[in-house]
Amino acid sequence: MSRFPSLLAALCFALPVTAEPLGLGRVAEPDEIAAWDIDVRPDGLGLPAGSGSVMQGEEVFIEKCAVCHGDFAEGVGRYPALAGGLGTLQDERPMRTIGSFWPFLSTAYDFINRAMTVGYGEPASDDEIYAILAYLLYSNDLVDEDFVLSRENFTSIHLPNEGGFYMDDRAQTELPLFTHDACMSDCKTDVEITARVPNSQ
Amino acid sequence: MLTAGPALAGDPAITEMQPWRRDLGDPIDDAPYGLPSPFESDVVRRRVEWLTPDAYTAINFTPLHELDGIITPNGLCFQRSHAGAAQVDPAKYRLMINGLVDRPLVFTLQDLLRFPRENRTYFLECAANSGMEWRGVQMDGVQFTHGMIHNVEYTGVPLRYLLDEAGVKAAGKWLLAEGSDAAAMSRSIPLEKALEDCLVAFKMNGEALRPEQGYPVRLVVPGWEGNMWVKWLRRIEVGDKPWHHREESSKYSDLMADGRTRRFTWEMDAKSVITSPSPQAPVLHGKGPLVVSGLAWSGRGSIPQVDITLDGGINWVKARLSGPSFDKSLHRFYYEFDWDGRPLLLQSRAHDSTGYVQPTKDALRKLRGVNSNYHNNGIQTWHLKSDGRVENVEVS
Ligand code: HEC
Repeated sequence: MSRFPSLLAALCFALPVTAEPLGLGRVAEPDEIAAWDIDVRPDGLGLPAGSGSVMQGEEVFIEKCAVCHGDFAEGVGRYPALAGGLGTLQDERPMRTIGSFWPFLSTAYDFINRAMTVGYGEPASDDEIYAILAYLLYSNDLVDEDFVLSRENFTSIHLPNEGGFYMDDRAQTELPLFTHDACMSDCKTDVEITARVPNSQ
Repeated sequence: MLTAGPALAGDPAITEMQPWRRDLGDPIDDAPYGLPSPFESDVVRRRVEWLTPDAYTAINFTPLHELDGIITPNGLCFQRSHAGAAQVDPAKYRLMINGLVDRPLVFTLQDLLRFPRENRTYFLECAANSGMEWRGVQMDGVQFTHGMIHNVEYTGVPLRYLLDEAGVKAAGKWLLAEGSDAAAMSRSIPLEKALEDCLVAFKMNGEALRPEQGYPVRLVVPGWEGNMWVKWLRRIEVGDKPWHHREESSKYSDLMADGRTRRFTWEMDAKSVITSPSPQAPVLHGKGPLVVSGLAWSGRGSIPQVDITLDGGINWVKARLSGPSFDKSLHRFYYEFDWDGRPLLLQSRAHDSTGYVQPTKDALRKLRGVNSNYHNNGIQTWHLKSDGRVENVEVS
């Protein structure tokens, strides 16, 4: 049997039902997987060993992060604030931070490690990242100043908005409303302009 | 005057000899990689500085008002990066598949080129496209209201073939796609989607991906929000649960009026917009025959019908679709009529192959409030004034 989709199948846009492996690529070495497999999940999968305190975190944060995010994680210029905004999600101008909006602390470990210790940021050890997170929890008024975060107590920390997220429900709440015959004539009696681009005439 | 003698009556563009008629043109070696005419120097991507902190985590916009047909030229495809556009050496390109698989694997670019390939045309729309219009009209041109979209023919390997090669374990239900740039962009994707139609693409419109589009390899996630189409793709991990990473919780999640947030809003709802006339493409020819041109698309299928109104939604007519109609691809529509010079309120309304009809912005605001940032697929209104200028408005 051919390993490749037949011409007919390709024309019909169908993929082979059971593809046989082609034997391409090579097995990934454990060290290679360790070098790239950096992701962290809410259940703690992927967290390295380590720990850090609020005090240590304050020092590291001010040294490595504050130039863009501010000493108190309040944000500098258009760089994002990482603290504040608790209770603002229904306001006219909600403020979405780790404390007020993010559902999981693991997301912050993962993101800081993957994107803020290279590029924009500076290298930081696992202990330093735990410490930064302890400091960010403190800056968001979620822990006391003597708090120490570690792999062991990590999943016991729950952010205030964890329950505020739900799975996309457009299929139930919107698609039925917007699936209908469309009105083609005399759909309304009159039309007025209700909004214009600010500063245009 | 190029020629001596009496001036001839008529159009000097005809009666006078033009330099391009008199002189030899440019030698063939001048542009080994062809470039647009210098007269088209205005047709460029543009950035809105206040939208993002700086030029590395930034976005620019496709000049939709200058384009026609359904394909976006590679150099005009809007770009979004979170840590600049990486310049990846293809000789050092590696794609790893690990996690809940029988054989964790590494592929080189050459390996990928030995799998059966597919060519498919898809739109990529940023979830934030039109997001600046949630609170009301703000941006002065279709490039800025709708330009976070492009439509490209991709050549790539079905992700399914690569997963089959590694052997997904029974517990594997989700994928994490990850980039190799300084943002290491990461998104959770349900396995069913990967098996259905995702591509690992290395060509766009026939040539290698542009660096800003993920050279040498990006993920194609048809019909779903652009952020998931991970560029500079380095790794696919198979897992049993989603990862809830930053770009699917802090960002690319939709805050509703009640303070709760929809997550995993992947599909792009059906949408359309008139690209000309529009604020950057005013009507310069006065009354008489006028061509209205626009784009329509849906993340759930194709576009069988687009309606046009000239009076802000009292009466509608069907537009004419021209060009290929592919699933999850841009469709081009036209409406030709005789403009009497009166002000018009132009709108377009897309129907997709599931029967969904593009809603008004107010209908969406009623359901979602104005703080959801993403997924604004509401009907756009352009006010064509008697003098041919066009403004962005909303109507009752
Ligand atoms: C040179 C400026 C800069 C420095 C230094 C920096 N960041 Fe950032 N940070 C950014 C930018 C820019 C973003 C937004 C990135 C994007 O758009 O994807 C960001 C985003 C973040 C976010 C996500 C915010 C959100 O609401 O989604 C966190 C958390 C963060 N940074 C933590 C840190 C930490 C911790 C450090 C120090 C180790 C650090 N950053 C250093 C510029 C910086």
